[in-house]
Amino acid sequence: MSSRQDDIRLGADIGGTFTDIALDVRGMIFSTKILTNYAAPEQAILDGIEIVAREGGITLGDIGIVIHGTTLATNALIERRGAKTAFITTEGFRDVIEMRTENRFEQYDLNIQLPKPLISREDRFVVNGRIGAEGQELQPLDEAALETIADRISAGGFGAVAIGFIHAYANPAHEKRARDILAKTVRLPISISAEVSPQMREFERFNTVCANAYVRPQMADYLTRLQMRLKDMGATCPVFMIHSGGGLISVETAAEFPVRLVESGPAGGAIFAADIARRFGIEKVVSYDMGGTTAKICLIEDFTPRTARTFEVARTYRFSKGSGMPISIPVIEMIEIGAGGGSLAWVDAMGRIQTGPESAGSEPGPACYGCDGKRPAITDADLVLGKLDPDNFAGGAIKLDTAASEAAILCDVGERLSLNVVDAAFGICEVVDENMANAARVHAVENGKNISDNLMIAFGGAAPLHAARLCEKLGIDRCLVPRGAGVGSAIGFLKAPFGYEALASRLTRLSRFDADETNALLDDLKATVESFVRAGTSGSIVREITAYMRYAGQGWEIPVPLPDEPFGDNAAAKLKRLFRENYQRFFGRAIDGLGDLEIEIVTWSVKATDERPSSARHALTQGGLSVPATVTRSVFDPATGAMQTYGIVERTTLASRDRVAGPAVIVERETSTVVTTSFDAVIQSDGSILLIRKGVSA
Amino acid sequence: MSDIGDIRMQVMWNRLISVVEEQALTLMRTAFSTSVRESGDLSAGVFNPKGEMLAQAVTGTPGHVNTMAEAVSHFMDAIPREDMFEGDTYVTNDPWLGTGHLHDITMVSPSFLNGELVAFFACTAHVVDVGGRGFGADAKSVYEEGIQIPIMKFAERGKVNLDLVRIIRANVREPNQVVGDFYSLAACNEVGHRRLVGMMKEIGLASLDTLGAFIFARTRDAMRERIAALPKGRWSNELTTDGYDAPVKLAASVTIGEDQVDVDFTGTDPMSGFGINCPIIYSKAYACYALKCVVAPDIPNNAASLAFFTVHSPVNILNAVRPAPVALRHIFGHMVPDLVFGALAEALPGRILAEGAGALWNIHMSVRPAPGAEGRRAEVLMFNSGGMGARPGLDGLSATAFPSGVHTMPIEATEHTGPIVIWRKELRPGSAGDGKYRGGLGQVIEIAPLEGHEFDFSAMFERVNHAAQGRNGGGNGAPGLVKLDDGTTMRPKGWQHVPPGRTLILELPGGGGYGDPAGRSAETRAQDEYKGYLTESRS
Repeated sequence: MSSRQDDIRLGADIGGTFTDIALDVRGMIFSTKILTNYAAPEQAILDGIEIVAREGGITLGDIGIVIHGTTLATNALIERRGAKTAFITTEGFRDVIEMRTENRFEQYDLNIQLPKPLISREDRFVVNGRIGAEGQELQPLDEAALETIADRISAGGFGAVAIGFIHAYANPAHEKRARDILAKTVRLPISISAEVSPQMREFERFNTVCANAYVRPQMADYLTRLQMRLKDMGATCPVFMIHSGGGLISVETAAEFPVRLVESGPAGGAIFAADIARRFGIEKVVSYDMGGTTAKICLIEDFTPRTARTFEVARTYRFSKGSGMPISIPVIEMIEIGAGGGSLAWVDAMGRIQTGPESAGSEPGPACYGCDGKRPAITDADLVLGKLDPDNFAGGAIKLDTAASEAAILCDVGERLSLNVVDAAFGICEVVDENMANAARVHAVENGKNISDNLMIAFGGAAPLHAARLCEKLGIDRCLVPRGAGVGSAIGFLKAPFGYEALASRLTRLSRFDADETNALLDDLKATVESFVRAGTSGSIVREITAYMRYAGQGWEIPVPLPDEPFGDNAAAKLKRLFRENYQRFFGRAIDGLGDLEIEIVTWSVKATDERPSSARHALTQGGLSVPATVTRSVFDPATGAMQTYGIVERTTLASRDRVAGPAVIVERETSTVVTTSFDAVIQSDGSILLIRKGVSA
Repeated sequence: MSDIGDIRMQVMWNRLISVVEEQALTLMRTAFSTSVRESGDLSAGVFNPKGEMLAQAVTGTPGHVNTMAEAVSHFMDAIPREDMFEGDTYVTNDPWLGTGHLHDITMVSPSFLNGELVAFFACTAHVVDVGGRGFGADAKSVYEEGIQIPIMKFAERGKVNLDLVRIIRANVREPNQVVGDFYSLAACNEVGHRRLVGMMKEIGLASLDTLGAFIFARTRDAMRERIAALPKGRWSNELTTDGYDAPVKLAASVTIGEDQVDVDFTGTDPMSGFGINCPIIYSKAYACYALKCVVAPDIPNNAASLAFFTVHSPVNILNAVRPAPVALRHIFGHMVPDLVFGALAEALPGRILAEGAGALWNIHMSVRPAPGAEGRRAEVLMFNSGGMGARPGLDGLSATAFPSGVHTMPIEATEHTGPIVIWRKELRPGSAGDGKYRGGLGQVIEIAPLEGHEFDFSAMFERVNHAAQGRNGGGNGAPGLVKLDDGTTMRPKGWQHVPPGRTLILELPGGGGYGDPAGRSAETRAQDEYKGYLTESRS
């Protein structure tokens, strides 16, 4: 019997190690972590739901909505566990996904191997028919040849089909026709590049449509199974999926465009941080999510995470740019580096300490887990420096072995560099913190921002241990460690709007700008995005229009936000002004004295989201009286370079406005927040910890 | 002995590398020339006030490694310290003081902190045009190759030298793009400067002396250890290349000493009358690149690591002197690694890869309306790569730039830059050298003018008459081929015409194989056959 209530919402995030479940019962959050079940991913969700439903005192029929994000699509791409897929492409371009950019991602290593193409050469079919750069037909589609290809695909034991033709973003007619011809005889899901990723640049677009087709059968099966099992258990509510752009889409859309689910978990983390930014009214935020394997850093401006149009998954070589595969879809833009609690430390040829990207994972885990891990991980260094309590890690679930950490650090780092164990552990932490700081700085520069202007929001198991030091390195004065930081992404899902973004590449010079044509194009995009958003909401919708622009001749476009109104006669002059303003923000100065230098638009984007009810507002508080620590521990202090006496405080004993003076460690079930000498901590009215540099006001 | 001070030094070293990475990124994001923005033909670095390179961006291409590293000292010779001011930027495209041809613009900016000179930032990028005869081999001297900019100030105290800008505008075919790139180069040094000063203030450094000494000491120790592990002696190699109208022999001897590796180009053919000559600075850059790949791939580039490599040569095609034409110096520059690897293969048997396509197959097209037809004019540049040689233990990479570090451009982007249609850009079956490990495949490219157009193209293609050789019993890669679709054979170098309605076909060379072909397993061969790597298996 259904008793669905709109104010009971459930978020489920399937990650590489854990499946996180967060249940929101009228504002109260109940959460749990279950080990991810690779054979039957839905099982971990169902197990978790039972736990939180019991804790929350509800039945499954009470749940109003389930919001789900998963790394399953990402993992299928990384581990190459997708369907046998056929790719049909333009004659002459069979090898686009194999030849990539013709570049080596590492210049000095002569033994690199390029990632194998997602679809092997023998499964790539070519057909005559050619669209030109302006969208004009240069050569008609060879329909007879397609019928032959259809027969071969039917007989070839394939599970999915992708179609990608040159310049299809400008004119999808050939791709659509090819799909129609194939569909007459081929009983397989068919993905076309003009729908999956209508952006210029053939390698990225073809790879994206191939990736979509490749994971589609598996994801469709999984989603169907999940919905059935939920129904069997009495949950009759709708299930929505969080996509890589941070919005919600229906399960049906997700099953058709599963590539949009890639990196949806980290997207949930960014939404989580954005919600906290909004709660406190903080306009410039950098979110810092550090888990077991990687750290993710994302800029959030005006409560909205930055988005991009392309990103790279499945990097194969030390997280190097270019060693993975590009996916061109709207995503929340973040930088991800191999820096997590499990990242291993080692010493290179120059006697320099290095960390990651190799990770100890959960098996064998860092040396201190006492499960046969012999190599030192970041967690080992944190333990040796006194940041972690060996008897109270992960709620006491694992008793940490400090001696094992010390032995591993001495063996792999200390002895090689003639450092004592504490200095070696400090070296490891300094290097991983510096790596994260550098990544954050470069990410900010790529977006034309100054990192030190931001407030940091730190979550994920390892982040609170490193956040204060990271802030010191980045010149950031304030950092929030929210409640529920351990399951941040799943909580973030509950805050995600129904939203969708559609893109269209149309190279347009401002001197030849045609307002009517552009208005028609944007109307099409608006209709597309609204149809997706209307699947989940009947409330009011907010639209964002963005043009990706550049000086003609440049190769990289900057996003220029535009007002949501039709273009009129003065549109070109207005676009020029907006572009120059934005360019100046990115690169310091617009280019002057270049006479007739042209400006062009490469891609249009329309994003629609439903308006969310605003959550309760809180103001940052400076706090009141200092709470003295009753217990102390010896913790290494990075600023002084020596062990210092840190106060130890239980988070659960602290109340709103309590102030804890650094140096201190605030401990709780899932993590510990290190307050370095230069910071104090203040408990906020929503239970967050604010780390604030001494002498700075909230 | 290490201590915490060392750890802090190491962290600052990382930060310095991150500073120059930001510098390079800014250049790519703001550049106009496709060669920089799509293909990464650039470099960026930071130097101490003595002109010694402290760190270099990972982003960039090897051809600029050593060239830019030496260029800064030339700037210091030309501009006395008392003429250097905050906000200055200096420029040159002198092939012998910069990076080997007029198309590369090098800019150097002094970085001041509290009135003291603390560093220099330098960057280099390849611009789309410098006037003259255009990007090709046909000039008889450097004077025909374009405008020469001696070392001078592009900006003084932040104010741009507009006279220089006007002269450049009047001399180049694409003034907006070229001047735009000048601004991008200056801006990227500015970004580096701002980050460096920010870092020094935060840490409380007044100079980079201590950090520099640390970087150089650590690097030297590591390099010494690597060179000590090498066999000592002298090994030689020769390589015959297509040349412009007659084959050109390249020769090198590699001497590995106790504390030094020297490359001597004695025996190389004399200078050419065509623009395929290479200034020594560029030959040296690629010689050092080859040595570094083998000896110390993981050690960062800086003055200390590069000091272990020396290069000598009498005047010849790899040490061309003014006023030789040098526009296409990249062709032989790109062949230098294969030349050096051949010598190293004797010193380090079993460790050196086979020869590959080597030089990029760059093509520059000048497109115009056919006689009597309406249409557009455009200059279109493409970078394309053949196959890399097989590695001991691994097949060669197909259609991959090596030794150059550039990317190709997407054909959808290229077709937007001018009225051409690229009908094919695909692997070239059967082009790889056989062997236990086979070479990388070349590629086939077919380009036609859009209806109602025709084009001239500047050919700069190598290994058409001289294939990449296999190593240790491996077979040779297939040589390249340049022709029209009606069967007309075209020359591998020089400007030529493609009339309306015809298609230019480029078949790029494959890489050489490694080891006896009999050692390749039947299963691997069957895979190659099945995938259509050996003969075309049209689907």
